Amino acid sequence: MMTATLPPPPLRLDQKRIALAFLLAALVLVIFRPALPAGLIRLPEGLILPFADWINATFAFARDELGLMTVTRAFSDMVEACLDVTANLLYGKSRWPYVGPIPWAVIAATAGMAGYALGGARLALLAGGTFVWIAVMGQWKWAMETLSVIVVAVPFSVVFGLLMGTLAWRSRLAERILNPILNIAQSLPHFAYMIPVVVFIGVGPKAGAIVTIIFSVPPMIRMTLLGLRGVSPEIIESGKMSGTTRLQLMTRVRLPAARTEILIGVNQVIMQSLAMVVLASFIGMPGLGQKLLQLLQALKIGLSVEIGITIVLLAIVLDRMSKAWAVKQPEHATGPWLYRHRLLLIWLGLVALGFVLAWVHPYFSEVGRKQALSMAEPVDAAVGVLIEMISPVTDWLRWFLITWVLIPLRDAFLWLPTTAVLLALAGIGWRVGGLRSALVCLAFALPIALSGWWDRAMITVYTVFVSVALALILGVPLGLLGAVNEARSRRFLLVCDTFQTFPSFIYLIPVIMLFGVNDVAVIAAVVVFATVPIVRYTIEGLRGIPPEIVESAQMSGASPMQLLRHVKLPLAVPTLVVGANQSIMFSLFMVIIAAFIGTQDLGQEMQRALSSTDVGKGLVLGFAVAFMGLLADHLLLKWAHGRGVALRSS
Amino acid sequence: MQKLTGLLLGAATLALAAPVLAEDSSDPIIIPTHNWSSQIVMSNVVGQMFEGMGNSVEYVSTDSQAVYEAIRLGDATLELEVWEGAFGKSFNAALEKGGIEDVATHQAITREDWWYPMWTKEACPGLPDWQALNDCAAKFATPETGEKGRFLGGPVDWLKHDAEKVDALGMNFTVVNAGSAAALWAEIAAAEKDKTPIVVFNWTPNFAEAVWPGEFVNFPAWEAGCDTDPAKGPIPDKTFDCGNPANGYLKIAAWDGMKDKWPKAYAALQKVNFTNAQIAEMAKLVDVDGMEPEDAAAEWMQANEAVWKPWTE
Repeated sequence: MMTATLPPPPLRLDQKRIALAFLLAALVLVIFRPALPAGLIRLPEGLILPFADWINATFAFARDELGLMTVTRAFSDMVEACLDVTANLLYGKSRWPYVGPIPWAVIAATAGMAGYALGGARLALLAGGTFVWIAVMGQWKWAMETLSVIVVAVPFSVVFGLLMGTLAWRSRLAERILNPILNIAQSLPHFAYMIPVVVFIGVGPKAGAIVTIIFSVPPMIRMTLLGLRGVSPEIIESGKMSGTTRLQLMTRVRLPAARTEILIGVNQVIMQSLAMVVLASFIGMPGLGQKLLQLLQALKIGLSVEIGITIVLLAIVLDRMSKAWAVKQPEHATGPWLYRHRLLLIWLGLVALGFVLAWVHPYFSEVGRKQALSMAEPVDAAVGVLIEMISPVTDWLRWFLITWVLIPLRDAFLWLPTTAVLLALAGIGWRVGGLRSALVCLAFALPIALSGWWDRAMITVYTVFVSVALALILGVPLGLLGAVNEARSRRFLLVCDTFQTFPSFIYLIPVIMLFGVNDVAVIAAVVVFATVPIVRYTIEGLRGIPPEIVESAQMSGASPMQLLRHVKLPLAVPTLVVGANQSIMFSLFMVIIAAFIGTQDLGQEMQRALSSTDVGKGLVLGFAVAFMGLLADHLLLKWAHGRGVALRSS
Repeated sequence: MQKLTGLLLGAATLALAAPVLAEDSSDPIIIPTHNWSSQIVMSNVVGQMFEGMGNSVEYVSTDSQAVYEAIRLGDATLELEVWEGAFGKSFNAALEKGGIEDVATHQAITREDWWYPMWTKEACPGLPDWQALNDCAAKFATPETGEKGRFLGGPVDWLKHDAEKVDALGMNFTVVNAGSAAALWAEIAAAEKDKTPIVVFNWTPNFAEAVWPGEFVNFPAWEAGCDTDPAKGPIPDKTFDCGNPANGYLKIAAWDGMKDKWPKAYAALQKVNFTNAQIAEMAKLVDVDGMEPEDAAAEWMQANEAVWKPWTE
């Protein structure tokens, strides 16, 4: 992201002094807070800018005067036409081509064969097994409703990503414009996207598809750019020598050479799309997400866990398949026609078998809800027992945290004068990266103050601060535990993946049952998410240390404890900081969702903006959250970068 | 094929008897569903009724506030549960903008107010009187409310004026707002385990009454103007010194193009009318008996043919 070269050494002392001066000034403001004029504690009313009104006016202008509505409606009609086809094929909605629904046995066989072709028997089992699970658990229709949208959204995203990525690669200017947009887009909370989509597209599956496309396109753009840039000049040279035209050079040489990066981009698009399954149902995406929210509304935790498992399984299958595809090099098989096309033939055979089975017995066509297996009752019972068991602890914990930690901290964050916070941020920025960073920090923080949402933003900051702190306390030891050996770290990482893709809404209910509607519940829900990247990056940081360094430390007689404290941890710090950075991002996303527990921060206002379809307000709040994330990102990465350089040179 | 016959039929009726007997369009009637079960089952009942009349129907899940904008634009065709308390404001705003109309009012009445599950009465025997509730405020105290009792309200955007009520009646309570209905249920379910006294925002008709028997708190009765005129209600200088209306409306709304596009379905919709008991029964089929909404609707229709058959004639 924002990379500036480190300032030359002589400046360093000044950098420290200036930073110190800023921090001292901030401290003075804090100490003399009781004597400060109100205008320094919070920006005076007159300085608050009506950003929301401006955005609304711009949107109204674009919609009514520029006729943007016709464009978006035309695009959404195109998406809807595709959705109608997949909806008919997958779950038999009565639309052209009127042939569906395809029996589940056929789809499961197809998934299994695709898994086999890409990654052998294990992947075949995983892919086929997942679809069998979906069918026998009676979730077929919901899962197909979800997939019918994803199957449309992903290709759109991939094509857009390729086009925009190519554009950014071709033109420096386009890259300069795209880069900050992508940065903000990737840190905007999901709800902020949805409000304009409701205004321009409406609600329903097409809105779900479009919000999914918008959300999943940024990584594709980045990976395309990265891939195209990484193609070695020799390959291009040889392409040119074979007399290719520019178009041929692009489609036959550059894109195939960037294949791996592009396919990783595709993988990211798929994962992001699955992450939207539940959230997009707020604006009409049908299927698993919608069902999940309905079930949670009636406190059916067991049934929602079943759906959660399905979403995780789908994510794992699609992730493994697309990764296998990325690694797999194109084969140029030889031999008779039958041999070369054996997989195709087996697949055709299985498909035929599936259709026959479905024709013989309707069970293979669709498993009705009444025939379905369910593990809801044991899950509900287990959750009940768990809550019963730990509630004496949680009652005490709730009391302790609220009275002694959370309420005082929250009051402290709200008590701080706005000006002191701004000065302190500028000081930290200056310390980390000089004038440039100080300006970057202010550029992110000042608009939040000017937007008039300062108090709510501070509550968000306080929640994220406490959550990330707790996540570090929990996550680093877990990471240390997980990094002991290869096999264990692989298991830990799988658990991380699962927690990350498991729909976050499901946590909210048990958390409320344990802690009630208050900040402890909110923080507990956020911590679950915030811990995942910390564990992951701790493991990766520790496993990534070159074995020679560890060996030489051991040879100089370091005890395991010394080895950890003086060698491994310092070397893992830059990776850990990346983890902390991600942890902040995850927390910011989750805080917004935790508004469904009951918060008084930006998330609560965002929820209101969504239900009143207030585009301006939603985007202002979204930008406030994005700016916080980007500010933390800038500071941490800059610091880690500097630290990495220092470590390597010492 | 279906589409083609529809077109031909449409053309035929246009040519022959358009003014006499308008046929319904073959386009699907779009019924929005939300995240609570009675509304989903009711939507399925009416949807299956329309299908029985030869219409095609599609369901789309939407936000329950944003839906009025969608109906106005014709993206959704109708809404079967317009609650006075919860959605009156969005509905009226949409009515003012145009494109949506007030089709009918259910016999069912809605009530939304402070509510407690039965076990609370053991800790506070004077209930449902609001003064008795206030006297045992300490029993409802939580760490975050300190000495005061906690009232768990609904999401802030439901605009229930609970804090104003607490202030007007001088109650020893603090209002804590839950972020979603699910959060309210989770709190009640947790309180049920050790029968902790709890007072929350709740409404009827609703599945919760089937799961947790309970009562509404009796506040000074609502009178018109109590929310705006300090003189109304028992406290002379305060607004909101009263309970919420005990008989709010439950309406049916529709896109104003519906009566021209699907005249027969529209005529039936005007007659649709459910009672509190029927709505609670529909919610129970899903939330307590664990049926799927479409099956629950089919089951309900089978058992109550006498209720809905006349609407289609």
